[in-house]
Amino acid sequence: MTATTTTAGRTGGLKQDGRRRRLTRRQRTRLLRAVQYAAFVAVGLLIVLKADWPRLSQDYFNPEIARQLFPDVLSTALKNTAIYTAMGFVFGLAFGLLLALMRLSEVAPYRWVANIYIEFFRGIPLLLWLFFLGYGVPTATGAQLPGQPYSPIVLGLGMPAAAYMAETIRAGIQAVPRGQAEAARSLGMSHGQAMISIVIPQAFRIIVPPLTNEVILLTKDSSLVAILGVTVGTKELTKFGRDALNQLVNPTPLVIAGLCYLIITVPLSLIVRRLEAHNNRAR
Amino acid sequence: MSQTAREGEIVSTASDAAIEVRSLHKSFGSLEVLKGIDFHVGKGEVVCVIGPSGSGKSTLLRCINLLETPTSGKVWVSGEDVTDPDVDIDAVRRSIGMVFQQFNLFPHLSVLENLTIAQRRVLRRSKTDAEAVARTNLERVGLADKMASFPAQLSGGQAQRAAIARSLSMGPDLMLFDEPTSALDPELVGDVLEVMRGLAADGMTMMVVTHEMSFAREVADRVVFMDDGTIVEEGRPEAVLGAPQHPRTRDFLARVLNPSRRVSLPARDPASG
Repeated sequence: MTATTTTAGRTGGLKQDGRRRRLTRRQRTRLLRAVQYAAFVAVGLLIVLKADWPRLSQDYFNPEIARQLFPDVLSTALKNTAIYTAMGFVFGLAFGLLLALMRLSEVAPYRWVANIYIEFFRGIPLLLWLFFLGYGVPTATGAQLPGQPYSPIVLGLGMPAAAYMAETIRAGIQAVPRGQAEAARSLGMSHGQAMISIVIPQAFRIIVPPLTNEVILLTKDSSLVAILGVTVGTKELTKFGRDALNQLVNPTPLVIAGLCYLIITVPLSLIVRRLEAHNNRAR
Repeated sequence: MSQTAREGEIVSTASDAAIEVRSLHKSFGSLEVLKGIDFHVGKGEVVCVIGPSGSGKSTLLRCINLLETPTSGKVWVSGEDVTDPDVDIDAVRRSIGMVFQQFNLFPHLSVLENLTIAQRRVLRRSKTDAEAVARTNLERVGLADKMASFPAQLSGGQAQRAAIARSLSMGPDLMLFDEPTSALDPELVGDVLEVMRGLAADGMTMMVVTHEMSFAREVADRVVFMDDGTIVEEGRPEAVLGAPQHPRTRDFLARVLNPSRRVSLPARDPASG
Protein backbone atom coordinates (compact mmCIF):
# COMPACT_ATOMS: atom_id res chain seq x y z
CA MET A 1 0.00 0.00 0.00
CA THR A 2 2.67 2.39 1.11
CA ALA A 3 4.93 1.16 -1.61
CA THR A 4 2.38 1.90 -4.34
CA THR A 5 1.81 5.39 -3.07
CA THR A 6 5.51 6.10 -2.92
CA THR A 7 6.12 4.87 -6.43
CA ALA A 8 3.19 6.82 -7.77
CA GLY A 9 4.33 9.89 -5.91
CA ARG A 10 7.85 9.63 -7.19
CA THR A 11 7.00 9.09 -10.84
CA GLY A 12 4.48 11.90 -10.66
CA GLY A 13 1.40 12.73 -12.62
CA LEU A 14 3.00 11.59 -15.84
CA LYS A 15 2.51 7.97 -15.07
CA GLN A 16 -0.62 6.36 -16.43
CA ASP A 17 -1.34 3.06 -14.77
CA GLY A 18 -4.65 2.24 -16.33
CA ARG A 19 -6.71 4.20 -13.83
CA ARG A 20 -6.83 7.96 -13.16
CA ARG A 21 -3.78 10.10 -13.39
CA ARG A 22 -2.28 10.37 -9.85
CA LEU A 23 -1.33 13.68 -8.20
CA THR A 24 2.13 14.15 -6.83
CA ARG A 25 2.50 14.69 -3.12
CA ARG A 26 3.19 18.40 -3.68
CA GLN A 27 0.17 18.82 -5.92
CA ARG A 28 -2.04 17.19 -3.32
CA THR A 29 -0.74 19.57 -0.62
CA ARG A 30 -1.43 22.56 -2.86
CA LEU A 31 -4.91 21.37 -3.69
CA LEU A 32 -5.74 20.86 -0.02
CA ARG A 33 -4.53 24.36 0.79
CA ALA A 34 -6.57 25.88 -2.06
CA VAL A 35 -9.71 24.16 -0.74
CA GLN A 36 -9.13 25.68 2.70
CA TYR A 37 -8.66 29.17 1.28
CA ALA A 38 -11.78 28.79 -0.82
CA ALA A 39 -13.86 27.71 2.19
CA PHE A 40 -12.54 30.66 4.15
CA VAL A 41 -13.46 33.14 1.42
CA ALA A 42 -16.90 31.54 1.02
CA VAL A 43 -17.73 31.87 4.72
CA GLY A 44 -16.47 35.45 4.71
CA LEU A 45 -18.62 36.37 1.73
CA LEU A 46 -21.65 34.70 3.27
CA ILE A 47 -21.31 36.80 6.42
CA VAL A 48 -20.77 40.04 4.52
CA LEU A 49 -23.71 39.45 2.16
CA LYS A 50 -26.24 37.96 4.57
CA ALA A 51 -25.67 40.20 7.62
CA ASP A 52 -28.09 43.06 8.20
CA TRP A 53 -25.47 45.79 8.30
CA PRO A 54 -27.67 48.84 8.90
CA ARG A 55 -29.38 47.06 11.76
CA LEU A 56 -26.07 45.89 13.30
CA SER A 57 -24.62 49.32 13.00
CA GLN A 58 -27.71 50.88 14.55
CA ASP A 59 -27.53 48.57 17.57
CA TYR A 60 -23.86 48.10 18.19
CA PHE A 61 -21.91 50.84 16.41
CA ASN A 62 -24.40 53.65 16.63
CA PRO A 63 -22.43 56.84 15.82
CA GLU A 64 -25.02 59.07 17.52
CA ILE A 65 -24.67 57.14 20.76
CA ALA A 66 -20.92 56.83 20.44
CA ARG A 67 -20.54 60.59 20.03
CA GLN A 68 -22.24 61.16 23.38
CA LEU A 69 -19.65 58.98 25.12
CA PHE A 70 -16.73 61.19 24.20
CA PRO A 71 -14.66 62.61 25.69
CA ASP A 72 -15.64 61.03 29.06
CA VAL A 73 -14.92 57.49 27.92
CA LEU A 74 -11.30 58.45 27.37
CA SER A 75 -10.74 61.27 29.86
CA THR A 76 -12.43 59.48 32.79
CA ALA A 77 -13.06 55.80 32.11
CA LEU A 78 -9.96 54.80 30.16
CA LYS A 79 -7.81 57.00 32.38
CA ASN A 80 -9.19 55.41 35.54
CA THR A 81 -8.74 51.89 34.16
CA ALA A 82 -5.11 52.73 33.42
CA ILE A 83 -4.60 54.29 36.85
CA TYR A 84 -6.15 51.35 38.74
CA THR A 85 -4.11 48.88 36.70
CA ALA A 86 -0.90 50.83 37.31
CA MET A 87 -1.57 51.08 41.04
CA GLY A 88 -2.33 47.37 41.30
CA PHE A 89 0.75 46.55 39.26
CA VAL A 90 3.20 48.70 41.22
CA PHE A 91 1.88 47.38 44.53
CA GLY A 92 1.86 43.81 43.21
CA LEU A 93 5.39 44.07 41.83
CA ALA A 94 6.96 45.47 44.99
CA PHE A 95 5.10 43.12 47.28
CA GLY A 96 5.57 40.21 44.86
CA LEU A 97 9.35 40.73 44.88
CA LEU A 98 9.31 40.63 48.67
CA LEU A 99 7.23 37.44 48.61
CA ALA A 100 9.53 35.85 46.03
CA LEU A 101 12.58 36.57 48.19
CA MET A 102 10.72 35.17 51.19
CA ARG A 103 9.90 32.00 49.27
CA LEU A 104 13.59 31.57 48.42
CA SER A 105 14.74 32.42 51.94
CA GLU A 106 16.75 29.98 54.01
CA VAL A 107 14.61 30.96 57.02
CA ALA A 108 11.73 28.50 57.03
CA PRO A 109 9.00 30.73 58.60
CA TYR A 110 9.45 33.27 55.78
CA ARG A 111 8.87 30.48 53.28
CA TRP A 112 5.78 29.29 55.14
CA VAL A 113 4.23 32.73 55.31
CA ALA A 114 4.93 33.39 51.63
CA ASN A 115 3.57 29.98 50.60
CA ILE A 116 0.36 30.43 52.57
CA TYR A 117 -0.13 33.94 51.18
CA ILE A 118 0.46 32.83 47.59
CA GLU A 119 -1.78 29.77 47.81
CA PHE A 120 -4.51 31.81 49.50
CA PHE A 121 -4.67 34.59 46.93
CA ARG A 122 -4.26 32.28 43.97
CA GLY A 123 -7.13 30.20 45.26
CA ILE A 124 -9.83 32.76 46.07
CA PRO A 125 -11.89 34.59 43.42
CA LEU A 126 -10.94 38.23 42.96
CA LEU A 127 -14.60 39.23 43.19
CA LEU A 128 -14.91 37.68 46.64
CA TRP A 129 -11.80 39.50 47.82
CA LEU A 130 -13.16 42.81 46.52
CA PHE A 131 -16.48 42.24 48.30
CA PHE A 132 -14.54 41.49 51.46
CA LEU A 133 -12.56 44.73 51.27
CA GLY A 134 -15.43 46.90 50.08
CA TYR A 135 -18.25 45.54 52.24
CA GLY A 136 -16.91 42.88 54.61
CA VAL A 137 -14.39 45.02 56.44
CA PRO A 138 -16.71 48.08 56.74
CA THR A 139 -19.52 45.87 58.05
CA ALA A 140 -17.31 44.41 60.75
CA THR A 141 -15.54 47.62 61.78
CA GLY A 142 -18.31 50.09 61.08
CA ALA A 143 -15.89 52.21 59.07
CA GLN A 144 -14.47 52.30 55.56
CA LEU A 145 -10.78 51.52 54.97
CA PRO A 146 -8.68 54.68 55.30
CA GLY A 147 -7.48 56.27 52.08
CA GLN A 148 -10.76 56.09 50.10
CA PRO A 149 -11.38 55.58 47.27
CA TYR A 150 -7.98 54.20 46.30
CA SER A 151 -7.06 51.90 49.21
CA PRO A 152 -9.60 49.14 48.46
CA ILE A 153 -8.67 49.33 44.78
CA VAL A 154 -4.91 49.10 45.41
CA LEU A 155 -5.25 46.30 47.96
CA GLY A 156 -8.04 44.62 46.01
CA LEU A 157 -6.09 44.39 42.77
CA GLY A 158 -2.55 44.51 44.19
CA MET A 159 -2.61 41.82 46.85
CA PRO A 160 -3.77 38.98 44.57
CA ALA A 161 -1.50 40.30 41.79
CA ALA A 162 1.44 40.09 44.23
CA ALA A 163 0.77 36.38 44.68
CA TYR A 164 0.93 35.72 40.94
CA MET A 165 3.91 37.97 40.38
CA ALA A 166 5.80 36.41 43.31
CA GLU A 167 5.70 33.07 41.51
CA THR A 168 6.84 34.67 38.24
CA ILE A 169 9.68 36.53 39.94
CA ARG A 170 10.77 33.44 41.87
CA ALA A 171 10.89 31.45 38.63
CA GLY A 172 12.96 34.26 37.07
CA ILE A 173 15.44 34.33 39.94
CA GLN A 174 15.80 30.57 39.76
CA ALA A 175 16.31 30.74 36.00
CA VAL A 176 19.51 32.78 36.45
CA PRO A 177 22.36 30.26 36.26
CA ARG A 178 23.93 29.39 39.62
CA GLY A 179 27.34 30.37 38.30
CA GLN A 180 26.25 34.02 38.21
CA ALA A 181 25.75 34.18 41.96
CA GLU A 182 28.89 32.10 42.50
CA ALA A 183 30.95 34.50 40.40
CA ALA A 184 29.55 37.46 42.30
CA ARG A 185 30.23 35.84 45.67
CA SER A 186 33.74 34.86 44.54
CA LEU A 187 34.42 38.54 43.90
CA GLY A 188 33.61 39.20 47.56
CA MET A 189 30.04 40.41 47.18
CA SER A 190 27.66 39.58 50.02
CA HIS A 191 24.54 37.54 49.34
CA GLY A 192 22.46 40.74 49.24
CA GLN A 193 24.87 42.56 46.92
CA ALA A 194 24.97 39.57 44.57
CA MET A 195 21.17 39.47 44.51
CA ILE A 196 20.70 43.19 43.90
CA SER A 197 23.53 43.80 41.41
CA ILE A 198 23.71 40.51 39.55
CA VAL A 199 20.82 38.08 40.00
CA ILE A 200 17.69 40.24 40.20
CA PRO A 201 18.54 42.43 37.16
CA GLN A 202 18.99 39.28 35.08
CA ALA A 203 15.85 37.71 36.55
CA PHE A 204 13.81 40.74 35.51
CA ARG A 205 15.08 40.56 31.96
CA ILE A 206 13.87 36.98 31.85
CA ILE A 207 10.43 37.77 33.29
CA VAL A 208 9.50 40.94 31.38
CA PRO A 209 7.30 38.95 28.97
CA PRO A 210 5.32 37.05 31.66
CA LEU A 211 5.13 40.21 33.74
CA THR A 212 3.66 42.11 30.80
CA ASN A 213 1.05 39.38 30.50
CA GLU A 214 0.33 40.03 34.16
CA VAL A 215 -0.39 43.67 33.30
CA ILE A 216 -2.82 42.57 30.60
CA LEU A 217 -4.69 40.34 33.05
CA LEU A 218 -4.70 43.11 35.62
CA THR A 219 -6.13 45.57 33.09
CA LYS A 220 -9.09 43.28 32.59
CA ASP A 221 -9.41 42.47 36.31
CA SER A 222 -9.66 46.19 37.03
CA SER A 223 -13.21 45.97 35.62
CA LEU A 224 -14.23 44.20 38.81
CA VAL A 225 -13.59 47.24 41.03
CA ALA A 226 -16.92 48.53 39.69
CA ILE A 227 -18.57 46.56 42.51
CA LEU A 228 -16.83 48.75 45.08
CA GLY A 229 -19.45 51.40 44.42
CA VAL A 230 -17.63 54.08 42.49
CA THR A 231 -18.63 57.68 41.98
CA VAL A 232 -18.91 59.51 38.66
CA GLY A 233 -15.28 60.63 38.80
CA THR A 234 -13.86 57.19 39.63
CA LYS A 235 -15.72 55.15 37.00
CA GLU A 236 -13.54 52.85 34.95
CA LEU A 237 -14.39 51.44 31.52
CA THR A 238 -16.72 48.60 32.43
CA LYS A 239 -18.79 50.58 34.91
CA PHE A 240 -18.87 53.49 32.48
CA GLY A 241 -20.09 51.24 29.67
CA ARG A 242 -22.75 49.60 31.80
CA ASP A 243 -24.11 52.92 33.10
CA ALA A 244 -24.21 54.33 29.58
CA LEU A 245 -26.01 51.18 28.39
CA ASN A 246 -28.74 51.73 30.98
CA GLN A 247 -28.98 55.42 30.26
CA LEU A 248 -28.95 55.33 26.47
CA VAL A 249 -30.62 51.92 26.03
CA ASN A 250 -28.15 50.82 23.40
CA PRO A 251 -25.22 48.37 23.59
CA THR A 252 -22.83 50.65 21.67
CA PRO A 253 -21.17 51.90 24.90
CA LEU A 254 -20.15 48.33 25.75
CA VAL A 255 -18.56 47.94 22.33
CA ILE A 256 -16.71 51.21 22.74
CA ALA A 257 -15.54 50.22 26.23
CA GLY A 258 -14.32 46.90 24.83
CA LEU A 259 -12.34 48.68 22.13
CA CYS A 260 -10.82 50.93 24.80
CA TYR A 261 -9.50 47.86 26.66
CA LEU A 262 -7.86 46.78 23.41
CA ILE A 263 -6.12 50.16 23.19
CA ILE A 264 -4.22 49.10 26.32
CA THR A 265 -3.88 45.35 25.85
CA VAL A 266 -3.05 44.96 22.16
CA PRO A 267 0.11 47.14 22.27
CA LEU A 268 1.20 45.24 25.39
CA SER A 269 0.70 41.93 23.58
CA LEU A 270 2.78 43.18 20.69
CA ILE A 271 5.52 44.26 23.08
CA VAL A 272 5.53 40.80 24.69
CA ARG A 273 5.87 39.15 21.30
CA ARG A 274 8.75 41.39 20.29
CA LEU A 275 10.52 40.84 23.60
CA GLU A 276 10.12 37.10 23.31
CA ALA A 277 11.52 37.13 19.79
CA HIS A 278 14.38 39.31 21.02
CA ASN A 279 15.13 36.97 23.93
CA ASN A 280 15.09 33.97 21.64
CA ARG A 281 17.60 35.61 19.37
CA ALA A 282 19.86 36.59 22.26
CA ARG A 283 20.22 32.98 23.40
CA MET B 1 51.92 17.47 75.06
CA SER B 2 53.05 16.19 71.69
CA GLN B 3 49.55 16.99 70.44
CA THR B 4 50.04 20.68 71.34
CA ALA B 5 53.40 20.77 69.63
CA ARG B 6 51.94 19.28 66.49
CA GLU B 7 49.17 21.82 66.36
CA GLY B 8 51.67 24.62 66.86
CA GLU B 9 53.56 23.22 63.91
CA ILE B 10 50.48 23.16 61.70
CA VAL B 11 49.66 26.78 62.43
CA SER B 12 53.18 27.89 61.61
CA THR B 13 53.21 26.05 58.27
CA ALA B 14 49.74 27.36 57.55
CA SER B 15 50.80 30.95 57.85
CA ASP B 16 53.64 30.44 55.37
CA ALA B 17 51.42 28.87 52.74
CA ALA B 18 48.94 30.61 50.47
CA ILE B 19 46.65 27.61 50.80
CA GLU B 20 46.85 24.92 53.45
CA VAL B 21 44.34 22.07 53.56
CA ARG B 22 44.26 19.46 56.33
CA SER B 23 42.28 16.18 56.28
CA LEU B 24 39.53 17.72 54.21
CA HIS B 25 36.39 15.66 53.74
CA LYS B 26 33.39 16.61 51.62
CA SER B 27 30.25 14.59 51.08
CA PHE B 28 27.19 15.33 49.01
CA GLY B 29 24.53 13.30 50.76
CA SER B 30 25.87 9.77 50.94
CA LEU B 31 28.43 10.40 48.19
CA GLU B 32 31.88 11.10 49.62
CA VAL B 33 33.70 13.26 47.08
CA LEU B 34 36.79 14.20 49.10
CA LYS B 35 38.17 11.49 51.37
CA GLY B 36 40.75 13.24 53.49
CA ILE B 37 42.87 15.68 51.50
CA ASP B 38 46.13 17.16 52.77
CA PHE B 39 47.33 19.79 50.37
CA HIS B 40 49.16 23.06 50.26
CA VAL B 41 50.15 25.78 47.83
CA GLY B 42 53.12 27.96 48.73
CA LYS B 43 53.22 31.70 48.09
CA GLY B 44 54.08 32.33 44.46
CA GLU B 45 53.70 28.67 43.62
CA VAL B 46 51.79 27.36 40.60
CA VAL B 47 50.10 24.04 41.33
CA CYS B 48 48.19 22.13 38.69
CA VAL B 49 45.64 19.56 39.81
CA ILE B 50 44.92 16.81 37.31
CA GLY B 51 42.80 13.69 37.42
CA PRO B 52 39.81 11.98 35.86
CA SER B 53 36.41 13.64 35.99
CA GLY B 54 34.62 12.94 39.23
CA SER B 55 37.91 12.65 41.11
CA GLY B 56 37.08 15.65 43.32
CA LYS B 57 39.50 18.22 41.82
CA SER B 58 36.87 20.92 41.32
CA THR B 59 35.29 20.24 44.71
CA LEU B 60 38.70 20.68 46.38
CA LEU B 61 39.14 23.98 44.56
CA ARG B 62 35.63 25.15 45.49
CA CYS B 63 36.20 24.24 49.15
CA ILE B 64 39.06 26.72 49.27
CA ASN B 65 36.89 29.78 48.70
CA LEU B 66 33.95 28.07 50.39
CA LEU B 67 31.71 27.81 47.34
CA GLU B 68 31.37 24.35 48.89
CA THR B 69 31.32 23.96 52.66
CA PRO B 70 33.72 21.22 53.80
CA THR B 71 32.10 18.39 55.74
CA SER B 72 35.16 18.19 58.00
CA GLY B 73 38.80 19.27 57.99
CA LYS B 74 40.49 22.64 57.93
CA VAL B 75 41.40 25.12 55.20
CA TRP B 76 43.70 28.09 55.69
CA VAL B 77 44.07 30.83 53.10
CA SER B 78 47.03 33.16 53.65
CA GLY B 79 47.20 31.91 57.23
CA GLU B 80 43.55 32.55 57.99
CA ASP B 81 41.34 29.63 58.96
CA VAL B 82 38.44 29.97 56.52
CA THR B 83 36.63 26.99 58.08
CA ASP B 84 36.36 28.92 61.36
CA PRO B 85 32.64 29.65 61.80
CA ASP B 86 33.53 33.20 62.80
CA VAL B 87 35.41 34.06 59.61
CA ASP B 88 34.18 36.88 57.34
CA ILE B 89 33.99 34.82 54.18
CA ASP B 90 33.29 37.82 51.96
CA ALA B 91 36.56 39.38 53.14
CA VAL B 92 38.47 36.14 52.47
CA ARG B 93 36.98 35.80 48.98
CA ARG B 94 38.11 39.32 48.10
CA SER B 95 41.72 38.09 48.22
CA ILE B 96 41.00 34.96 46.15
CA GLY B 97 40.47 35.24 42.42
CA MET B 98 38.27 32.55 40.92
CA VAL B 99 38.04 31.62 37.24
CA PHE B 100 35.25 29.28 36.18
CA GLN B 101 34.97 26.80 33.35
CA GLN B 102 31.87 28.61 32.05
CA PHE B 103 33.43 32.11 32.53
CA ASN B 104 30.31 33.35 34.38
CA LEU B 105 30.62 36.87 33.04
CA PHE B 106 27.58 38.97 33.93
CA PRO B 107 25.62 39.09 30.64
CA HIS B 108 23.63 42.23 31.52
CA LEU B 109 26.78 44.32 32.00
CA SER B 110 29.41 45.50 29.54
CA VAL B 111 32.91 44.10 29.82
CA LEU B 112 34.06 47.26 31.59
CA GLU B 113 31.15 47.08 34.05
CA ASN B 114 31.88 43.41 34.64
CA LEU B 115 35.32 44.47 35.83
CA THR B 116 34.23 47.49 37.87
CA ILE B 117 31.05 46.36 39.65
CA ALA B 118 32.72 44.36 42.43
CA GLN B 119 35.49 46.95 42.81
CA ARG B 120 32.85 49.58 43.38
CA ARG B 121 30.40 47.56 45.50
CA VAL B 122 32.93 45.58 47.53
CA LEU B 123 36.11 47.67 47.61
CA ARG B 124 34.19 50.96 47.46
CA ARG B 125 36.49 52.32 44.79
CA SER B 126 35.39 55.44 42.91
CA LYS B 127 34.18 55.00 39.35
CA THR B 128 37.34 56.60 37.97
CA ASP B 129 39.67 54.45 40.05
CA ALA B 130 37.77 51.25 39.26
CA GLU B 131 37.79 52.01 35.54
CA ALA B 132 41.50 52.74 35.60
CA VAL B 133 42.19 49.38 37.26
CA ALA B 134 39.84 47.65 34.82
CA ARG B 135 41.56 49.23 31.83
CA THR B 136 45.00 48.11 33.04
CA ASN B 137 43.79 44.55 33.49
CA LEU B 138 41.99 44.45 30.14
CA GLU B 139 45.21 45.57 28.48
CA ARG B 140 47.04 42.85 30.36
CA VAL B 141 44.78 40.17 28.84
CA GLY B 142 44.72 41.83 25.42
CA LEU B 143 41.12 43.02 25.46
CA ALA B 144 41.52 46.81 25.70
CA ASP B 145 39.37 47.19 22.56
CA LYS B 146 36.48 45.12 23.99
CA MET B 147 35.74 47.38 26.94
CA ALA B 148 32.31 48.49 25.66
CA SER B 149 31.29 45.07 24.32
CA PHE B 150 28.82 42.79 26.06
CA PRO B 151 29.74 39.24 27.02
CA ALA B 152 27.48 37.76 24.31
CA GLN B 153 29.62 39.54 21.69
CA LEU B 154 32.85 37.88 22.83
CA SER B 155 34.33 34.58 21.70
CA GLY B 156 34.87 31.96 24.38
CA GLY B 157 38.55 32.76 24.60
CA GLN B 158 37.88 36.49 24.94
CA ALA B 159 35.20 35.85 27.55
CA GLN B 160 37.55 33.75 29.65
CA ARG B 161 40.29 36.38 29.40
CA ALA B 162 37.78 39.04 30.45
CA ALA B 163 36.82 36.82 33.41
CA ILE B 164 40.48 36.55 34.40
CA ALA B 165 40.82 40.33 34.15
CA ARG B 166 37.71 40.70 36.32
CA SER B 167 39.31 38.59 39.06
CA LEU B 168 42.60 40.45 38.76
CA SER B 169 40.83 43.78 39.18
CA MET B 170 40.11 42.87 42.81
CA GLY B 171 43.87 42.58 43.43
CA PRO B 172 43.81 38.96 44.64
CA ASP B 173 46.67 37.31 46.53
CA LEU B 174 46.02 34.03 44.79
CA MET B 175 43.99 32.72 41.87
CA LEU B 176 41.93 29.56 41.54
CA PHE B 177 41.25 28.22 38.05
CA ASP B 178 38.50 25.61 37.61
CA GLU B 179 39.16 23.98 34.22
CA PRO B 180 39.52 27.40 32.57
CA THR B 181 39.95 26.05 29.04
CA SER B 182 37.58 23.08 29.07
CA ALA B 183 34.64 24.98 27.58
CA LEU B 184 36.71 26.55 24.78
CA ASP B 185 37.06 25.64 21.14
CA PRO B 186 40.51 24.12 20.68
CA GLU B 187 41.86 27.06 18.67
CA LEU B 188 40.96 29.52 21.44
CA VAL B 189 42.69 27.64 24.27
CA GLY B 190 46.11 29.11 23.45
CA ASP B 191 45.17 32.74 24.17
CA VAL B 192 43.86 31.89 27.62
CA LEU B 193 46.86 29.74 28.50
CA GLU B 194 49.11 32.57 27.30
CA VAL B 195 47.49 34.95 29.79
CA MET B 196 47.85 32.37 32.57
CA ARG B 197 51.51 31.81 31.65
CA GLY B 198 52.02 35.56 32.00
CA LEU B 199 50.40 35.56 35.44
CA ALA B 200 52.63 32.71 36.57
CA ALA B 201 55.69 34.55 35.29
CA ASP B 202 54.63 37.62 37.30
CA GLY B 203 54.72 35.51 40.44
CA MET B 204 50.98 35.01 41.02
CA THR B 205 50.07 32.14 43.32
CA MET B 206 47.90 29.83 41.25
CA MET B 207 45.96 26.63 41.75
CA VAL B 208 44.80 25.30 38.40
CA VAL B 209 42.46 22.37 37.85
CA THR B 210 43.18 21.46 34.25
CA HIS B 211 43.33 18.85 31.53
CA GLU B 212 46.05 20.78 29.66
CA MET B 213 49.01 18.50 30.32
CA SER B 214 51.45 20.56 28.27
CA PHE B 215 50.53 23.67 30.26
CA ALA B 216 51.04 21.76 33.53
CA ARG B 217 54.37 20.42 32.35
CA GLU B 218 55.60 23.83 31.26
CA VAL B 219 54.21 26.21 33.88
CA ALA B 220 53.49 24.26 37.09
CA ASP B 221 55.92 24.14 39.97
CA ARG B 222 54.08 21.09 41.21
CA VAL B 223 51.51 18.71 39.77
CA VAL B 224 48.95 16.94 41.94
CA PHE B 225 47.18 13.87 40.62
CA MET B 226 43.81 13.14 42.24
CA ASP B 227 41.62 10.09 41.83
CA ASP B 228 38.51 8.98 43.66
CA GLY B 229 38.62 11.75 46.29
CA THR B 230 42.25 11.34 47.31
CA ILE B 231 45.60 12.72 46.25
CA VAL B 232 47.35 9.78 44.64
CA GLU B 233 50.63 11.37 43.64
CA GLU B 234 52.27 14.79 43.62
CA GLY B 235 55.60 16.29 42.74
CA ARG B 236 57.55 18.15 40.08
CA PRO B 237 55.73 18.08 36.74
CA GLU B 238 58.53 16.18 35.01
CA ALA B 239 58.27 13.53 37.73
CA VAL B 240 54.50 13.14 37.90
CA LEU B 241 53.89 13.56 34.16
CA GLY B 242 57.18 12.11 32.91
CA ALA B 243 57.76 9.21 35.25
CA PRO B 244 54.59 8.56 37.24
CA GLN B 245 55.08 6.16 40.14
CA HIS B 246 51.52 5.10 40.77
CA PRO B 247 49.69 2.78 38.34
CA ARG B 248 46.54 4.95 38.52
CA THR B 249 48.55 7.98 37.45
CA ARG B 250 50.10 6.03 34.61
CA ASP B 251 46.72 4.72 33.53
CA PHE B 252 45.20 8.22 33.55
CA LEU B 253 48.09 9.81 31.66
CA ALA B 254 48.04 7.09 29.06
CA ARG B 255 44.36 7.72 28.46
CA VAL B 256 44.75 11.49 28.30
CA LEU B 257 47.82 11.59 26.13
CA ASN B 258 46.76 8.82 23.74
CA PRO B 259 42.99 9.02 23.80
CA SER B 260 42.53 6.81 20.74
CA ARG B 261 44.56 3.91 22.02
CA ARG B 262 43.65 1.20 24.42
CA VAL B 263 45.58 1.41 27.67
CA SER B 264 47.10 -1.28 29.86
CA LEU B 265 48.55 -3.05 26.82
CA PRO B 266 51.80 -1.11 26.61
CA ALA B 267 53.70 -3.90 24.82
CA ARG B 268 51.64 -3.53 21.64
CA ASP B 269 52.03 0.19 21.59
CA PRO B 270 55.14 1.06 19.56
CA ALA B 271 54.54 -1.42 16.75
CA SER B 272 50.90 -0.78 16.05
CA GLY B 273 51.09 3.01 16.51
